[in-house]
Amino acid sequence: MDTFIQQVINGLVLGSMYALVALGYTMVYGIINLINFAHGDVLMVGALTSWSIIGLMKESMPGTPGWLILLIALLIACVVAAALNFVIEKVAYRPLRNSPKLAPLITAIGMSILLQTLAMIIWKPNFKPYPNLLPSAPFNIGGAVITTTQILILGMTAVSLAVLMWVVNATKLGRAMRATAENPRVASLMGVKPDVVISATFLIGAVLAAIAGVMWAANYGTVNHTMGFLPGLKAFTAAVFGGIGNLAGAVVGGILLGLIESIGAGYIGTLTGGVLGSHYSDIFAFIVLIIVLTLRPSGLLGERVADRA
Amino acid sequence: MNSKKRLITILVAAVGLLILPLILQPFGNAWVRIADMALLYVLLSLGLNIVVGYAGLLDLGYVAFFAIGAYMFGLLASPHLTETFPLFAAMFPNGIHTPLWIVIPAAAGIAGLFGVLLGAPTLRLRGDYLAIVTLGFGEIIRVFLNNLDHPVNITNGPKGINQIDSIKFFGFDLGKTHNFLGFDVKSVSMYYYLFLTLVVVSVVICHRLEVSRVGRAWMAIREDEIAAKAMGINTRNLKLLAFGMGATFGGVSGAMFAAFQGFISPESFSLMESVMIVAMVVLGGIGHLPGVILGAVLLSALPEVLRYVAGPLQAMTGGRLDASILRQLLIALAMISVMLLRPRGLWPSPDHGKSLQPAAK
Repeated sequence: MDTFIQQVINGLVLGSMYALVALGYTMVYGIINLINFAHGDVLMVGALTSWSIIGLMKESMPGTPGWLILLIALLIACVVAAALNFVIEKVAYRPLRNSPKLAPLITAIGMSILLQTLAMIIWKPNFKPYPNLLPSAPFNIGGAVITTTQILILGMTAVSLAVLMWVVNATKLGRAMRATAENPRVASLMGVKPDVVISATFLIGAVLAAIAGVMWAANYGTVNHTMGFLPGLKAFTAAVFGGIGNLAGAVVGGILLGLIESIGAGYIGTLTGGVLGSHYSDIFAFIVLIIVLTLRPSGLLGERVADRA
Repeated sequence: MNSKKRLITILVAAVGLLILPLILQPFGNAWVRIADMALLYVLLSLGLNIVVGYAGLLDLGYVAFFAIGAYMFGLLASPHLTETFPLFAAMFPNGIHTPLWIVIPAAAGIAGLFGVLLGAPTLRLRGDYLAIVTLGFGEIIRVFLNNLDHPVNITNGPKGINQIDSIKFFGFDLGKTHNFLGFDVKSVSMYYYLFLTLVVVSVVICHRLEVSRVGRAWMAIREDEIAAKAMGINTRNLKLLAFGMGATFGGVSGAMFAAFQGFISPESFSLMESVMIVAMVVLGGIGHLPGVILGAVLLSALPEVLRYVAGPLQAMTGGRLDASILRQLLIALAMISVMLLRPRGLWPSPDHGKSLQPAAK
């Protein structure tokens, strides 16, 4: 039973990071119908920036408490990632807004490769250990353990989600975002500036991705220029799983995906008598996704019926 | 006059393509290999173009079919199975060397079957949902290839399969150097001609498909599925056909790749590879054969050529920018800038341009 609780905890932690990244995908998709392939790499840039800041601060200001360093690094990472995503949207996506649908997809893929290459040049390609800045003694819950970092991840996700929900549902900007997602043309007739709204969406998405990136790095303890690929892919899967374009769907999809992966990886060995090992954990997500989409073609919470091809 | 000009262009291109390996050969085998790989990518792009370009189904897991074809050939024409299973060793005392005439149709058939298998549950999905499911399928195949070395060693896991037979026609081995009229023609050049033949055949097939009833039906589905259905097009069967046809091309290219390389491992079939093939199709001009070929040649050959000429630049930047990094950088910049300057691709199809513009939202 404690294995089960442990896997649930791991799954929730993993899932909440997926959820943060998936929100970025889903918000962008909801507004401009684009799969932002470079989103995972924005996460990577966030994590690597925070790694550099931590290194700098540890050297120049020894004795600063770990949580403060982490907080400052996180804030700077968010700012850098947001600025980066803002520029990416301006340069690579905005000029193509009225082009055939696959054109921005290709620039997005190009951006992803470009960011990875630049990160490789700036930060060197090796895997770098990410310092542990929080107390590492784990807590015990019913036989399972949870680290401070993991608690922090769950807390940060909850806070980010609450703030995001407030922005989207209760502010003027949020109303503009929802209106643009519904119908950009009519929204602009009502005085909404689509360009501003789209930029804001990319900024918010980047901040969430940077938070997820720093948390991912702190949880797994290593960073490098390819680290954005897997979370990006899984989060995209989570977004589609929940119904792309739907914020609640992204969160539900992310957390479910995390749980499925972690519980699946924990039990597949025992269930199949050791024939299939936990290397297969990566494909659970996809198998479940295919099954769900076959039964509900627009995702768990998706309700898009009309095609805007 | 116009058709005469056309004929001349075709003749010049044909002669150019035929003597290309003879020109490249003196510079070393590596250059001919680049041409060979470019042709293989042309083959793959032509196959993907059927799915993405004609039928409008975005497939991000296309490399799975390439992998299936390659492993099919790898298993049926290498010592791997006989070495691993005593049963096979007893059945084939001389090792498994399945003739080409069985392996190629088998690779095409199995890949096509997988294409239909993937297509069947995804028929109701549109656009980006389809993209993610195909992407997942590609990853599933790769993970299986990577891990099926235990409990039963079928794919030899990450180590891959080596000592794969070269291609033989009636005892004529493409893996060896042959002498024609006093000229030594190396193995890489032989493969060049084989791949060139395949590409020409594929172009003819694709062109005939494009102007056929089936091709027009695919394009109708691409433009508006509901309208196509209303016109009496059997969208289900035609979409499955598109998946199957596209996959068949992938399977054949895979078998060729395995024979050409003599070694395959799951590493060659990553998601990045699928993404690159999509990029080739879109960059060149989606749904337009000359464009697709141009895109494939550009994205596969140019970076390789750069690898050889990037030496001086590497020296200039003190080794920080090595050839492979530079190559990646240029691919990325090319993808972004070409799309920004020519959103419909380098050589877009002239006819269907208008309908590809998005409808006013």
